[in-house]
Amino acid sequence: MASNRNRSWPGLILLVALSGLFISPFVWMLSTSLKHESRIFSRPGEPPQWIPTTEKMDAEGRRLVTYQGQTGADLGRADTGRHALLVDGQEIQAWPEEFEIQQQLGLHWQNYVSAFEMMDFMVNLRNTLFICFSAVLGTVLSCSLVAYSFARIPWKGRNAVFVLCLATMMLPYQVTLIPLFALYSKLGWVGSFKPLIAPYLFGTPFYIFLLRQFFMGIPQDLSAAARIDGCSEFGIFARIVMPLSKAALATTALFMFLFQWGDFLNPLIYLQDSRQYTLAIALQQFQSQNESAWGPLMAMSTAITVPIIALFFLTQRTFIQGIALTGLKG
Amino acid sequence: MTRAERRNLRNGLLFASPYLVGFTAFMLYPLAASIYFSFCEYNVIHAPIRIGLANFRVLFFDDARFWRALYNTCFYTAFSVPLGLGVSIGLAMLLHRKVRGLAVFRTVFFLPSIVPIVASSVLWLWVLNPDSGLLNGMLRQMLGIDGPGWLADTSWSKPSLILMSAWGVGGAMVIFLAGLADVPQVLYEVAEIDGAGPWGKFRNVTLPMLTPTILFNLVMGLITSFQYFTQAYVMTGGKGGPDDSTLFYCLYLYRNSFMYLRMGYASAMAWLLFAVILAATLVVLVSSKRWVYYHGE
Repeated sequence: MASNRNRSWPGLILLVALSGLFISPFVWMLSTSLKHESRIFSRPGEPPQWIPTTEKMDAEGRRLVTYQGQTGADLGRADTGRHALLVDGQEIQAWPEEFEIQQQLGLHWQNYVSAFEMMDFMVNLRNTLFICFSAVLGTVLSCSLVAYSFARIPWKGRNAVFVLCLATMMLPYQVTLIPLFALYSKLGWVGSFKPLIAPYLFGTPFYIFLLRQFFMGIPQDLSAAARIDGCSEFGIFARIVMPLSKAALATTALFMFLFQWGDFLNPLIYLQDSRQYTLAIALQQFQSQNESAWGPLMAMSTAITVPIIALFFLTQRTFIQGIALTGLKG
Repeated sequence: MTRAERRNLRNGLLFASPYLVGFTAFMLYPLAASIYFSFCEYNVIHAPIRIGLANFRVLFFDDARFWRALYNTCFYTAFSVPLGLGVSIGLAMLLHRKVRGLAVFRTVFFLPSIVPIVASSVLWLWVLNPDSGLLNGMLRQMLGIDGPGWLADTSWSKPSLILMSAWGVGGAMVIFLAGLADVPQVLYEVAEIDGAGPWGKFRNVTLPMLTPTILFNLVMGLITSFQYFTQAYVMTGGKGGPDDSTLFYCLYLYRNSFMYLRMGYASAMAWLLFAVILAATLVVLVSSKRWVYYHGE
């Protein structure tokens, strides 16, 4: 709305407020991931602490090692407890009024270290990347071949097959889930990466559709000219259509990567040994075993999220265009 | 058939062969098997035993948890889908004003939708933590209210998940942004000449022009929310608690198939899910003739 351009202060203020709201869980995640365990749980009445402070110092540089020592009640006093201070390597006890607390920014990277160790992060990362890249490669290759057939080769029965392909998108995956599990377990594939990769070597309707729409837009004259020059159908596909479709192929690869990176259900069903876990499933398992280890949990969540955010910044245009493409032409 | 036609048929089938093979192996066979299993007692280990309509009979008449799961899913859908549409249209409208730093705002709203669901679920578990979570902390600090127990409270657990779903509407927002960009500027100018204010322009120009996009996002939203699973699994440890209040349809389906090994029963559930999704989609599509406006028709 050009008429509203730059004029609407309430709109801008609302935008800033809403984006603060949307981003606050991320900031909270990052902040918690860098907090010392003693600072993660808030005491009753304490407001949320955004800046991680691992340790507290008083003005004389005495380090506060425990926030609460003996309670006041134990010592016959009604006020809050004594604190332990570390002075020259020795713990001394002091009442809150005997020293002044200065909040110090302190980033507690230990959460990342313990999360990485407890989760076998590098192994999980390698598994995830292996599955991601296999599925991406398989999808891009198979879907572009099939899409080429649907978009640029007029063969008898093509439209019927294409409609069938679209119709299968309507089916919820739960319908085929159990027979596929039964099939893979008969093949002895359960507990391996095969069930996570094999289906993607044969084309996925959504991406076939996306690529077909894109291939349709490439002028037929180019194919005709190449055909006159004696180029085979595969030659036209590989040397003309594919190089002209980099944007759509990139969108396909990106969306598939993203899907595989975060996929939960399939790894949950098919992976049994923790050495095979992907990051997503490893995080969930870690969470279910360490329900209140919020520091390492947030560190892990951050570690899984940051690559996706980085990927988004690197490929922002492909992303936005891709979503608009799938949405508007769907 | 001419030579060219024959060549095209051969090439066409050759290029499409990955899908033809995949369709047979990963779609046609499983579909047939799934129909068969839904009339069987089957636990993967032993061969399926045919039991006629017993699975469906038990589902309809003897399984209160099935109805509970269906109710929970419908409740979630009924609130999260309209809320998601409202939030994503609202954000798209705000962003469409071509404010400074548009890319930054767009990124902020979009990012939650691409974060791995397991990570965002773990994050929201922490945000919704009754004692030390961000949400209750902010409620206490800014409004002085003691927030509820969220996921720990049977009456707040579904609203918690609905709230969380509104955070992930970035994909729909981007689609609405593209839809907004396609609204011809001239329509706003005409509306302005006719004396329409901002609300009049929204009500009589933007909204009608957006209806095809709303239809798309509505259908996608329905389909996704009937299949709601990962968040519920991660945030309740796969149990759907407290007191089955977050036992969603697909979570119950998963529990039946992979925890109780009632694969036949779960297959019957899968087909009922398909029927429900199909019915909901058809209702929306049929009704869309009344409310979707296609410009240029």
